[in-house]
Amino acid sequence: MSDQAVLTGEHFMTGDEAAAEGGLAAGCRFFGGYPITPATEVTECMARRLPGLGGIFIQMEDEMASMNAILGAAWGGAKSMTSTSGPGFSLMMENLGLGIMTETPCVLVNVQRGGPSTGLPTLVGQQDMMQARWGSHGDYEIIALSPASPQEAFDLTIQAFNFSEQYRLPVLLMMDESVGHMFEKVIIPPADEIKLTPRRYTKKKPGEYLPFQAGEDLVPELIELGKGYNIHVTGLTHDEKGYPGMNPETQAPLVRRLVDKIRLNADNIYMYDERNLDDAEVVMVSYGITSRIAQLVVDECRAKGQKVGHLRLITCWPFPEKKVRELADRIKGFVVPEINLGQMVREVQRAAGRNVKIIPVSHAGGGVHAPEMIHEAVEEVIK
Amino acid sequence: MTTTPVTDPTVAPCTALHHPKDPMLREDRLPHIWCPTCGIGTAVSCFVEAIKESNVSEKQIVVVSGIGCTGRVAGYVQTDSFHTTHGRAIPFAVGLSLARPDLKVVVFSGDGDLVAIGGNHLIHTARRNQNLMVVCVNNFIYGMTGGQLAPTTPVTARTSTTPYGNTEPPFNVPHLVASCGATYVARWTVLHIRRLKKAMTEALNRSGFSFIEVIAPCSTLYARRNRLGTGYDLMKFYHDNSEIRHGADTRDVAMGFQDKIIVGKFVDEDRPTFLDLYRSKGKGDGK
Repeated sequence: MSDQAVLTGEHFMTGDEAAAEGGLAAGCRFFGGYPITPATEVTECMARRLPGLGGIFIQMEDEMASMNAILGAAWGGAKSMTSTSGPGFSLMMENLGLGIMTETPCVLVNVQRGGPSTGLPTLVGQQDMMQARWGSHGDYEIIALSPASPQEAFDLTIQAFNFSEQYRLPVLLMMDESVGHMFEKVIIPPADEIKLTPRRYTKKKPGEYLPFQAGEDLVPELIELGKGYNIHVTGLTHDEKGYPGMNPETQAPLVRRLVDKIRLNADNIYMYDERNLDDAEVVMVSYGITSRIAQLVVDECRAKGQKVGHLRLITCWPFPEKKVRELADRIKGFVVPEINLGQMVREVQRAAGRNVKIIPVSHAGGGVHAPEMIHEAVEEVIK
Repeated sequence: MTTTPVTDPTVAPCTALHHPKDPMLREDRLPHIWCPTCGIGTAVSCFVEAIKESNVSEKQIVVVSGIGCTGRVAGYVQTDSFHTTHGRAIPFAVGLSLARPDLKVVVFSGDGDLVAIGGNHLIHTARRNQNLMVVCVNNFIYGMTGGQLAPTTPVTARTSTTPYGNTEPPFNVPHLVASCGATYVARWTVLHIRRLKKAMTEALNRSGFSFIEVIAPCSTLYARRNRLGTGYDLMKFYHDNSEIRHGADTRDVAMGFQDKIIVGKFVDEDRPTFLDLYRSKGKGDGK
């Protein structure tokens, strides 16, 4: 068991452990972490498993160190990962930006708890969704995935690694405490059935290669260090050579490309689960643990004859605005339950426009919604 | 008197002339941004000389810097190089070095970057004896932002944020890292170019956490605010006031304002690195 990266078979495990196992199955061999509830189990699982796999686990001195260590390890050629929760996520924001600016593939797992500040360390929240999108300074786009079960924590961590390699950026797994601490069946497939996106190494030789010159999909290729390429990588605004350029002429093509490589490829990044949408008059938009209560409500409404459907977001960022816009043209309204005081509902409002009702169902955190809260919102749309 | 242009056909035109150190620098990024008489260039010069004299191949060297005047070093050396965020060069380098233990990872940054905002990373990395060489150029001040208080600014020295003179005791940086477990600790000024180069060569050739403090003049900000004269005056000060004391107890090497500077190799010992111990004891059964 010790030297087996992919634990093929049926398991009973938590979302936190499943995220760690998903990382290992995706080839993660470097984990820099710092303990924080409710994400500590991801770190502990990596501490237990990585030495036997020839990988590196290191408990860093703080979350700023963790984030930088995984960036450094990624440039060293490793698939790298860290995990944290609210306060640590805040501390990682600056260097999440470094990862975006230097186009460094890696994965950051945020097991969300209630905030602000120390808030509710042991209890659920979904309050970092906007921080995931906007938390680091400057203009950028990000990819964030939200699992609703331990099985999905496993699958989406692999997907997060694949996106990070494909588009060269840190990818966020926006889990929540309930999914993180929930025990459920997790089926781990045989290693050869797991599709992995390889690192995009260049075939160009030193002298021909420019580290930030992108191809058609706007993503530049990587190199292996120590081969005489002598690349320079900086968090400063840089040209295709990687050299700083302190002027608008260098800034515009760089920042536009960093944003466009996600925006223009968004159709390949969107993932969502659609249920009962064909004849729906009311559509529930939800993600993470909340989607499980939302689905219960959808089933109860259907049993009553109410035409309610469910759009469960798997990709939260980039936000699947096309899908929401298309639904907005033919339904009465959206119901958006979240364990926050209204975050992703703003995206629904932005994408849907003013012609449909949009009812947020907020919860301040520390627990999940009572189904009645969501039923009331459905009634409000229908009446 | 008029000067006659050089027309001797046996003399190469000026554009073809290269400094012997040029191949180790990113010539296409020169001239650099450092002020005249800044000490950072001298530290870089010693470093590229040390690379040539060391047992490490140029290709195997990676330079990682943080933010600040010295933080720009990564942008001028002809190696794989990374210019990271303020204070975070060390943890970035830790990750890189653990993922690629075959590379020699060198952190080149300033006193503010490494000891203030990055201080936590510095002490923990020394404690773990990570396989890193850290060059800390100490000019007693924040240069890039225009001359503010550093954690190394001597008491009474004036900076733009201590306009009436600094009242905070500074760090004795060699003592800080030595007491945390650094296995190689040296301090030289940029006047001691041969000794500095030798220290850098030793650090390149060894494993474990090596720390070299380089005392360097900042004539534009530190010297001007404190009326210490020109870069030349500061070099003369180093000449007249440095005392070489190898093996000195690092408790005794603290620096006061325009006080004696104790230089030398203070610590040079062997201790297993983080990776040595991780590899030997860290193999669990994975269950």
